Amino acid sequence: MIYTLFQRVIQACFVLLLVALVAFSMFRFVGDPVQGMLGQEATSADREALRERLGLTDPIVLQYARFVLNAVQGEFGVSYRTGESVADMISQRLPATLELALISGTFALLLGIGLGVFTAIRREGFVAQSIMATSLVGVSLPTFLIGVLLIWVFAVELSWLPSFGRSGVVDLGGWSTSLLTVDGWRSLILPAITLGLYQMTLIMRLVRAEMLEVLRQDYIKFARARGISTRRIHFKHALKNTLIPVITVAGLQIGSIIAFSIITETVFQWPGVGLMFINAVYFVDIPVMSAYLLLVGVVFVSINLAVDLLYLVIDPRLKANASEGHS
Amino acid sequence: MSLLSVQGLRVEFPTRRGVLTALDGVSFDLDRGEILGLVGESGAGKSMTGAAIMGLIEPPGHMAGGQITLEGQRIDQHPERYRGSHIGMVFQDPLTSLNPLQRIGDQLMETLKIHHGLDDATAKRRAMQALDEVGIEGKRRDHYPHEFSGGMRQRVVIALALASDPKVLVADEPTTALDVSIQAQILALLKQLCRDRGTGIVLITHDMGVIAQTTDRVAVMYLGRLVELGATDQVIHQATHPYTQGLMASTPTLAGSVDQDLFQIPGAMPRLDAVPAGCAFHPRCDRAMPQCKTHAPEFDGRRACFWSES
Amino acid sequence: MSRWDSDFVYAFKRSPVACVSAGVVCLLVLAAVFAPWIAPLNPFDMAALNLMNGFTPPLAPNAFTGETFLLGTDDQGRDLFSAILYGLRVSLFVGFAAVALAMFLGVFLGLLAGYRGGWVDTLIMRMADVQVTFPSILIAMLIYGVAQGLIAPDNRGDLAIGILILSIGLSEWVQFARTVRGTTLVEKEKEYVQAARLMGLNPLAVMVRHILPNVTTPVLVIATITLALAIIAEATLSFLGVGAPPTEPSLGTLIRIGQDFLFSGEWWILLFPALTLLLLALSVNLLGDWLRDTLNPRLK
Repeated sequence: MIYTLFQRVIQACFVLLLVALVAFSMFRFVGDPVQGMLGQEATSADREALRERLGLTDPIVLQYARFVLNAVQGEFGVSYRTGESVADMISQRLPATLELALISGTFALLLGIGLGVFTAIRREGFVAQSIMATSLVGVSLPTFLIGVLLIWVFAVELSWLPSFGRSGVVDLGGWSTSLLTVDGWRSLILPAITLGLYQMTLIMRLVRAEMLEVLRQDYIKFARARGISTRRIHFKHALKNTLIPVITVAGLQIGSIIAFSIITETVFQWPGVGLMFINAVYFVDIPVMSAYLLLVGVVFVSINLAVDLLYLVIDPRLKANASEGHS
Repeated sequence: MSLLSVQGLRVEFPTRRGVLTALDGVSFDLDRGEILGLVGESGAGKSMTGAAIMGLIEPPGHMAGGQITLEGQRIDQHPERYRGSHIGMVFQDPLTSLNPLQRIGDQLMETLKIHHGLDDATAKRRAMQALDEVGIEGKRRDHYPHEFSGGMRQRVVIALALASDPKVLVADEPTTALDVSIQAQILALLKQLCRDRGTGIVLITHDMGVIAQTTDRVAVMYLGRLVELGATDQVIHQATHPYTQGLMASTPTLAGSVDQDLFQIPGAMPRLDAVPAGCAFHPRCDRAMPQCKTHAPEFDGRRACFWSES
Repeated sequence: MSRWDSDFVYAFKRSPVACVSAGVVCLLVLAAVFAPWIAPLNPFDMAALNLMNGFTPPLAPNAFTGETFLLGTDDQGRDLFSAILYGLRVSLFVGFAAVALAMFLGVFLGLLAGYRGGWVDTLIMRMADVQVTFPSILIAMLIYGVAQGLIAPDNRGDLAIGILILSIGLSEWVQFARTVRGTTLVEKEKEYVQAARLMGLNPLAVMVRHILPNVTTPVLVIATITLALAIIAEATLSFLGVGAPPTEPSLGTLIRIGQDFLFSGEWWILLFPALTLLLLALSVNLLGDWLRDTLNPRLK
């Protein structure tokens, strides 16, 4: 168990170093950092001085090491475009993205599992079949189009919900939240659905497929033969066995939610890190791009790690393998 | 009054090409503490009979005729009231019969609580007792199924099936997936537990050795129909139906000579959508008579055949 | 081979979903290819545009000029039907080109990894592992951003379509590589490859000749599924403003433009490009699903 844990953490660090290398290469070789910081009017003496001060004349390996070290301490340099500290920009915008991701993830998971179980149990039913047919359209609908269509229906035609922005924000000492006010929730609904709909469809289809597979298993037949109620078989025996593969996919979907928040945040002008990133791509603001890459890298790798560990907790068979020292 | 009585059981499967009759006119009785063997080739309807008793026929299949009674009461109309409590079942593969994510003690307690409404402490005590009866140490109740060997898992399965003190146990190929050396242990365990409690067993198997070793009476099935029924000794040594005779002659015995060629029944059992008219066995029967091709013989309580020795 | 063909054709004819979606895809591809001949107007010809025609609703005569347009016009007086045909052209071109790039790259790297083994294999497959951890749309955006940074600002407009193809193509190669590598590992051990080596033939050439036919089916399936992904990725990037340049609007760009007019009531500027994109993505998706289920049920 400890050994597996150790192995996974080492692997995660390796991947992160690789991501850092990509981020560093972007930072160092795409465009001229000195140019980006000083602008067009600087003299060549100014440039040389800054080059020296930033350590850009040091050996590359040393520069990379310094880059990683800075990143670990939360130091990502300054935005070429606004001159702000990238770390500050991120910390201001991160709460908005995380709250959006949390709500849409919860929505995707709960509804996805619920509908997946429903469509599996009532496989032949009309409602279940309609849901499955609709979900095919849902998978083909690009996220941005879902957002635009939702805005059209609920903001423009019905005027029920705001079409953009994050309102009703309350500052809780460094963490701005929109979860404490009605306005905040109202502005969150459409973006959260937009972001979560695709993942919800995916989880639903997966849960359905896994559930149907599990329901064919002998232990389900044996549970029925033991006189356990259908309800209990579905929700206790089958669902838990279904959830094991679902956890992997759902975990990876959390990562996708972070990445797809770029799109949703742009559609709804939601002031999170995704919107910051797309603006950086637009204006070729390399420090912001490389910092975002690192941030997403950390999020993804930690999620993968967490999923692996969750696996060990849920599936006793894996625990047995892991304690033998090799999995 | 017998413990379990199956009368004229008929099971049908509607398909796109018409209705298939999987079981037709299957009738037998089972007494307390008795072990009745159900034997036949794959697809003969043995497992289907077991599923019908449990009320576990997979839709769209359904019981289309006959009745099943337990101590004189009909159970086929509301099988869920009797399933698991009055009738237990053991499946073929112990490796897949247990929920891999639940400790075996919890699976036992779940069953006990559902059928006897016990509180946690009592259920726990009874679960340990049940494990003890099948020869598993009570302290292993916290283990998961994968931590047991195949034979031990089948013991767990038996403990689970018997946990609610059922009056009848349907055992569907309970030893087929096990090593030969373990088979005898499991059969002995089943036999002893049922004798002690007076539980009747319907033992489904294709293995004549298991039949000879374990059962009191045996019912031979062919293509969803009963062809012969009688005391095990009698059926094995003085079979009266040509199919049973063929079945016996094709079973290797340790006593038999090594060079002796085993008998083979010619042909193969037809599929359910191509059941021959008359006696279903007649195309493979070496004693078929003209009437066998046109009329199906009635089952007279002993066998279903027109041919007679005399 | 002929048996496979006839089975395939039989299965195709039996499936209404496959027939309809293949028909729709063909129709859209033809419309895109022949856009210059089908479109009533060239939407890029500034001289043909009449600002007076702006915001004409579908099938209604314009209040000033009296001209009627099938799907209406946008703010510039551009005929929407023509703009969609030309947008479809850009979207499909980028989609096909990106898939071709991803396929070429993936098949090559997969072959190389499987054949050479050792550290080459480790390096390529590790790269693949790390890359699939991240959603491909994010990778595409990063590549797009980096490419923008490497190109002088003056050339960005001209190279935009190329960059778009590059970023989507580079973000989708992994599936191809994994599949080809798997087959290569199996084939490598077979006797004909060993024999070729003994005879002094170039085993790599032999492998290419024998392995590529083996992977045609799965590669075709992956390519179809990837095409749907590429079309959606292109539309997304263009919608976000980091894709097709304003001079060559794709479907995504048209939707981006249409979104601005939702509040003022000109719904058709958004609706028709959106419907076209949905139709395209849905039918390619359905076709890909069907191909996967029919040709290669084991492929995930």
